[in-house]
Order: sequence, then C-alpha cells, then structure tokens
Amino acid sequence: MIEFIITLFSDHTLRIVALGAITIGITAGSLGAFAVLRQQSLLGDAIAHATLPGVCLAFLITQSKSSLILLIGAALAGWIGTLFLMLITRNTRIKKDAALGIILSVFFGFGLVLLTIVQKLPTATKAGLNKFLFGNAATLLQEDLTIIATLSAVVLMTLLLLWKEVKVCVFDEGFAKSIGIKITFVDILLTTLIVIAIVIGLQTVGVVLMSAMLVAPAAAARQWTDNLSVMVLLSAAFGALSGLSGAITSSLVSNLPTGPTIVIFLSTLVVISLCFAPRRGIMWDIIRYNKSRKQIQTTTMLKNLLLFSEINTNDPFHPHDIAALDAIGRGAIDQTMQELKNKGWAQQFKDKRWALTPVGLKEARSLTEEYEKGLITEN
Amino acid sequence: MTKQTELSAISINDLTVAYNEKPVLWDIDFHAPQGVLLAIVGPNGAGKSTLIKSILGLVKPAAGQILVFDNDYRPQSRLIGYVPQKNSVDWDFPTSVLDVVMMGCYGELGWFKRPSHKERELAINCLEKVGMKEFMNRQISQLSGGQQQRVFIARAFMQDAPIYLMDEPFAGVDAATEKSIIALLRELKDKGKTVICVHHDLQTLKEYFDWVMLLNVRRLALGPVNEVLTAQNLKKAYGGKAGFLAGMNTEEK
Amino acid sequence: MLTTQFEIMLLASLTAVTCALPGVFLILRRVALMSDAISHAILLGIVLAFFITKNLSSPLLIVGATLVGILTVSLTELIIRTHKLKKDAAIGLVFPLLFSIGVVLINKYTGDVHIDADCVLFGELAFAPFNRLYINDIDLGPQGIWVISAALMLNITFIFFFYKELKLSTFDAGLAAALGFFPGLIHYALMTLVSITAVSAFESVGSILVVALMIAPPAGAYLLTNRLSHMIFISAGIGIISAIGGYGMAYAFNANIAGSMATISGVIFILILFFAPERGILANMVVRKWHKWDFAASTLTVHLLQAEIEDADYTEHIVSHMIRHMKWTPEYTSEVIAQCIQEEFIEKHGSKLVLTPYGREKANLSLVKN
Repeated sequence: MIEFIITLFSDHTLRIVALGAITIGITAGSLGAFAVLRQQSLLGDAIAHATLPGVCLAFLITQSKSSLILLIGAALAGWIGTLFLMLITRNTRIKKDAALGIILSVFFGFGLVLLTIVQKLPTATKAGLNKFLFGNAATLLQEDLTIIATLSAVVLMTLLLLWKEVKVCVFDEGFAKSIGIKITFVDILLTTLIVIAIVIGLQTVGVVLMSAMLVAPAAAARQWTDNLSVMVLLSAAFGALSGLSGAITSSLVSNLPTGPTIVIFLSTLVVISLCFAPRRGIMWDIIRYNKSRKQIQTTTMLKNLLLFSEINTNDPFHPHDIAALDAIGRGAIDQTMQELKNKGWAQQFKDKRWALTPVGLKEARSLTEEYEKGLITEN
Repeated sequence: MTKQTELSAISINDLTVAYNEKPVLWDIDFHAPQGVLLAIVGPNGAGKSTLIKSILGLVKPAAGQILVFDNDYRPQSRLIGYVPQKNSVDWDFPTSVLDVVMMGCYGELGWFKRPSHKERELAINCLEKVGMKEFMNRQISQLSGGQQQRVFIARAFMQDAPIYLMDEPFAGVDAATEKSIIALLRELKDKGKTVICVHHDLQTLKEYFDWVMLLNVRRLALGPVNEVLTAQNLKKAYGGKAGFLAGMNTEEK
Repeated sequence: MLTTQFEIMLLASLTAVTCALPGVFLILRRVALMSDAISHAILLGIVLAFFITKNLSSPLLIVGATLVGILTVSLTELIIRTHKLKKDAAIGLVFPLLFSIGVVLINKYTGDVHIDADCVLFGELAFAPFNRLYINDIDLGPQGIWVISAALMLNITFIFFFYKELKLSTFDAGLAAALGFFPGLIHYALMTLVSITAVSAFESVGSILVVALMIAPPAGAYLLTNRLSHMIFISAGIGIISAIGGYGMAYAFNANIAGSMATISGVIFILILFFAPERGILANMVVRKWHKWDFAASTLTVHLLQAEIEDADYTEHIVSHMIRHMKWTPEYTSEVIAQCIQEEFIEKHGSKLVLTPYGREKANLSLVKN
C-alpha cells in the first residue's frame, strides 16, 4: 500500500491526476453540501449539462484548447442556463422540475450539435472535446492543475468568509432578509460558486455525471453528523477520497472513463453511509425497531402470565401451558420466554409449562398498574 | 386618520400588496402604539403574514408607506426582531439549538465577522429565558413543535429589538408552552417593547393581548381588545362563519 | 420504397409524438425529471440484457431496460421513504449510479460490439434507415420505425383507456385514491410507459433527446392551453415540428440530428415562453402594466370618492397625499390623472378633480371587490 502511494506520487502524470481529482472532490463536496441542503441537487445536473455548448463555442470562437478559455466558456453557459431557469420559473406556471429538464436537455442537445460541428473541423482532431462528456482524468496537465487549484482556493476562501451569511440564508431565508442580509446577493454568489465547482471538474468527470460529484458526497456526509461545519468537511473528504480513487483507477485500467468510475466509488460511500452511519443509518433503525418490538413482546407476555393466573386461580405463580400463552401472545414465543427467563421474571416447569417468579410478579404488577394509570390520565 | 399623540412603533399608510396582481392587502392604515401586545386576527388568506412580511421588507408593496418609529424601515437598522412561521424552515437542517439562536446576532455582527464567546454567552442566556438551556446542544430535528417555537423566540430575544413581529407563535404548540410563551411576551411588553403577533384563536384573544387588529384584506378594526372585539366587527371579518364566535365574545362582556 | 431522408423524418416525428404523450403527464405531475433519471438508467438494463442475449436487436433488451427503469423509480422512492434524504437528492443519486455501471460495462466488456458510450447520449438517427427489418426477405423498412410505432400504439392505448384515471390522479391524487382508482398503480404504470418509450427511442435518438422531447413540447403546450386534451395534441404537434425542423437544421449544418431536434424544441419553447398569448412573458408584462394602471386608477378614484364624502374641495390634498403616502412621483401622479381623465373616470373642473358617474362606479366597485 505504502509502496503504491510512493509510486503514485513519483509518477508525474499520476501525481497530477491524483492532485487534480482531490482538489475537485474537495471543492465539489463542500459546495455540494449547500446544494443538497437548499434542495437543489438537480440544479447541478442542469448546470453541468448546460456547460457543454459553452465549451464548444469557446473552442469554435477562439480555436484555442487552453483549458482556461474552455472553462470560461463553460461557466458562462452554465450561468446563462441558470438565468433561463429563473426566467422560466419566475414568469410562468412551469414548475422547477420541468424547467430544469428543459435547460438540461436543450442546452446539452445544442452542445452536441456544436460538438459534431467541432469534430468535423480539420483542427479538431487534437481538441479532444469528447473528454468533456464522460471525463478523462488522464488528460489533466500541469497547467490544468494550476487553474483548478487556483479556482478552488478562491471558491473555498469565499465560502469561508461568508460562512455565516450563507448558513443563515440556506436555513431561514426570510429571517436572513429580515436582519438585513442581502439574500439575492448570497443566492447569486452561492450559485456562482456552484457553477465554478462544476466547471473545474468537467474535464475530469464530464458533464454527464458531474452533478453526482456535488450530490453524493453531501448526501453521504449528512448521515454522519448534525453539524453543518462537520458535514461540509466530511463532504469535502468524501469527495476527495472518491475523486482520488476513481481518477487513479481509471488512469491505471484501460478503457475506463473517469466520470462513471468516480460515481461508482461515490455511490458505494453513500450506500455505506445510508446503512451504517451511527444513529441515522438504516441499520440502527432496524435494530431500534427490533428492540422495541422485543420489549413489547416480553412485557405483554409478562402481563399475560399474571392475567392468566389471576383469572384461573388465585395463585400468581401458577404455571401455564406454553400453547395457551402462544395463543394470546404476539409471536416469537420461544424467544420471548427465553428472554423472560434470562431476566429472572419467569421459570420453566416440565411439560413446557411456565410460571412467574416472585421478581417477575412484582414487575408484572407494576407494569399493569402503570398501564391502568395511563388509561386514567388519558381519559 | 387617527390622531397620533405619541410616536407610533409602526405606522402604515395606504399599504397595498398584490401577489400576481391580486391584492392581498388593500389600502391598509395601521398604527401600532409603543409598548402594546398586539394581535393581528383574521380568517385564512386575510393577509396577516403578508402584513408582517411587508413591514420587514420581505414583500414589496405595490403602494403605500411603512414607517418604523417615524422613519423608513431598513432591515439593517435592526429595530425589529422577527419570529417566522415555524414551518417555514427545514427542521432537518444540520445545526444545533444554540446555533440557531446565535443567528439572532448575525445582523448586528455584519459581514465576515464570526460570533465570539460573548455572543455565545448571550445566546445561552436567551435560551435560559425560554427554558431551553438544557437543549442547547440538541440537533433541531429532535425538538417538539413547542420547543421549536421557543428556539425561534430565543433567537428573536437575541436580536434585542424594541419591536417584535411574530408569525403565529402559538401554531402547533401545546397548552403549557402557549402559557409560557405568552408570559415571555408579557415580560417583553413590560419592558416597553412592542410585540405584534399573528394570532388565530379568538377565544384566547382577550386573555393574551391588549390590542387587536382585525384584518381581512382590508383593515376592519384596530384598537384595544375590548373596544374592537364586538360581534359586528367579527362578523365583518369572518362573515357568517364566525357567528358563534361572535356570540361567545359578546357574551363575555 | 421510401427515401432515406423521409424515413429519418418519419422516425424522428414518431419518436417525438411517442415521447410527448407521457411527457404531458410528467409535467403536470411535477415529476419531469424522472424522464432524465429513467432515460439514463435504462442503459444498464440494455447492457445487462445484451450480455444475456448477445443480440442487439433482441426484444429482451426492451424488457431489461423497462425493468431497470422501474427499478430506478422504486429505488428513488425507497430512499425518499427512509427520510434520510430529500427527493431531489434521491433522484440525483440513483440514476447516476445505474448509468455509470452501464457505461463502465459497455467500455470494459463490449469494446468490439456496436454500442458505445457516446452514442448512448445522442443516438444515431442517421444510421437508423440502414438497420432494416426483414421478414421472409421482404424489406419492411427501418426496424426503428416498427419499434417506436409499437411504443406509440401502447402509449395511445393506455392514455385512451385510462384517460379519466390519469386525469384524476394527476390533479387530485387524494380523491383518486378515495374513489378507488389506485393512484400509486397509475403512477407506476406511467413510469413503465416512460421506460418503454425511452428505450424505444433510445437507439435512434439517445437519452438526452428523450428528455428534451418528453419535457420541452409539453411544457410549451402547458403555456398555450388549460385543457388536458388540447395539451396532449399541441405537445404532439410541437414534437413533430421539432423533429422535422431539427432534421433540417442537422442537414444544413451537417450536425447531429438528435442534438438539432433538442435545439429546435428549445427554440420553440423559448418562442412560446415569450409570445404565448395569455401566459407568455410579454403577455404577462402587458397584463401587469394594465393591472398597475387599473390599480392606480382605482386608488385615485377611491380617494376622490372619500374626499367627496368628507369635503368637496380636497383635490390639492389628494394629489399631495398620493405623492407622500403612496410614494408616487409627481410625474407618475400626473400621468395617472391624465389617464383617468382619458378613460373618463374623472373630469377637471378648473384645478379641481371631480369623479364622473362612471368613475364613482369604478371606485365603489373596487371597494366592494376588495
């Protein structure tokens, strides 16, 4: 493993790929946390798709494949897509989901038109704009890394400086406005930061799947913590981890596009988080559910034992046949009886007959009392 | 127009607000004296929340003038503490009770600055006032409806403003919490603050508030509770629907 | 024997109509983005079915794709139901994963076969006429046309027979449930239709155009009409225009056909967005301006009416009141007065503004109305 890391950072190309993917992961992860909390997970998808015509137009106009120019084109197109989105949702009865779908598909379709035009140009063979579809980490150059790192630094610094404003706007917009925070400004700023975070990842992850880079780390991180700062940090870490693993894997294995590989790593993290994150994970839900069901079963059985004895005889320790108990119990009779025995509340006689112990009797009495008291207060 | 002997806390002239060209508030005049506990009452869709939001500048009026202490109000001047409707936020947001209360000082802090130890102490203080100190590190999704409301009120306390606007502070709150919230509001009033609440329950109106504004798109009545709460006024606000309520209220007199 | 060009246009138009039909309901049910999710995710189904059959034209591919489409919907809903994530995030997580697995499988294991990841996105409409259906050596035309026609028939049949149920469960799911119409079942049936439509259109137009054709034409139609039945026909019409216009554009620029169709559908949508007679942005602006005038006129007449009641000579005060309290500028105030005089709400008697009977009626009307 250590050896692998050493080779990783001694190989020039791999080092750039690794650093690039980590940076993209951190930036997309941090901004994604806000996209998810604002319930705008799919905005990223629309913006990412909308950048394609920008990339192609930038190339067609400048004939340059410098990544800075292509990124500027992408960012502008992404921004125009967002503006259209606002234009549609604010002025018509068309809802957000439909507006997002239109932006996403129409911009991308237009991008494909331009892409096919670009590919027929004589200069195009080396432009390699195809990598913008599914991403190719191996094409990252030193120059690209510099741009990515600089933009990331700007994005993260801005976020840090305006942390408190962004936080209150995302949580409670009305209140934020009432205390004099310019929510339109914060909204535009946050959207711009998200656009930048998307744009710097395009070459590596591709327009089709870039949105997952925003949503998945944040969705995973949300499961582990109830603290915004921790969530953003975790999200950044998850983004970096999956970005790194995906980019390296796709660089080392032939015929493996980077975007989909990263998404598979990301999704694994999400599934693990959804299932096993402490407290919030689904596994704990199941454990909690079983525990409470078990408790209900044992206490019901305990009360039933007492009830039976009181009805049939005056002896509270009278043993009862397990079949009779099973008939009025709530399933899983053997486990329940075992549990009662372990607690010392019931004892087993021959012929599968069971009876209360003195401790069990006391417990059953207090439970019944509690239950009756509950009935009285409810009325 | 009524004579104004002293400075009104909030004074509104000819306010009209329209959503999609449909007036929600029409030609409202409203003068809230200082140091009262005032309820805005009216049927659903009467524009109660909209009135509060226009005062805060959250909604842009189509016409009219809103003055706070005789000046144009800008949120930056921090004269108003605001308690929004409880269900206007996502309570699954990853943040703690203390964090939400601290947001009350964000306006005062201004851009870039972070809350410090001093603000933290202040926030804990505010939580103590509403009886939520032991919940300060709880995640907000683990609170009951009443506790959520108290957190919002603590946040408004943190703003330490001379006027408080509260949008349905008693919605989804149990009876005990309702009593303790009203006690807190009285305390504010006794300190000379003006508290204006959107309120739903006509039955508790007299007990809780000393001033009331009846609203149904147009202003129907404004004044001390005993003067305003007549069968005739209620009928104007609620139509035939509230006949029984009107009956109840006049009976008390 | 049809010409190749005509065959392409026919296929494109049929695809457009087939997509528009379920699209109308997606828009109205506010689940438009499920088309995005499904059209991407079905790739996995196609690939998996291909691994089993080793045959790209097997009908099993459609079955596989449809199953994965439904899987996408149910997985998304399952995640939403755990309350761990919101709806948008759940959608944004499920389909990228399924799509990614599909793309990776294509790239790793079908390198030499005729599917590649790019064509998944934009299809190969131009080649569709060369993939022909032969029965007993008789040329029955492009296979794509038969596939999409079958999907179209299915969509039409479903909408025809379940129109009432679809309509009710779209506008009032609660009532539909109460009347025993199983809105959940209708929802899944619709999602199945979307999956079948997507996979039938997939090979020729690719996943993105499926999204464009399912959303853009119905969204445009939504701005043109209030009636569901009209919306269905208008969507289909817009779809056909996009298809034919898109082909023309692709032909002119020698560009990708699916992309061009998406572009044209976008252009049509933008035209409708701005120029739709009642709900377009321009119409809205006109209406809004008229409302502003109307409101100003009402305000002025109401104030004059009150002045009449209180004190006959109030004109000066009213004008300054408007400026001071309504925050009207002096210019705007005189504009409003001029307009009101022109509309004969008020008359000028010397320096005095007086309500006409018509103006008095207007004032009373706006008092009553509000």
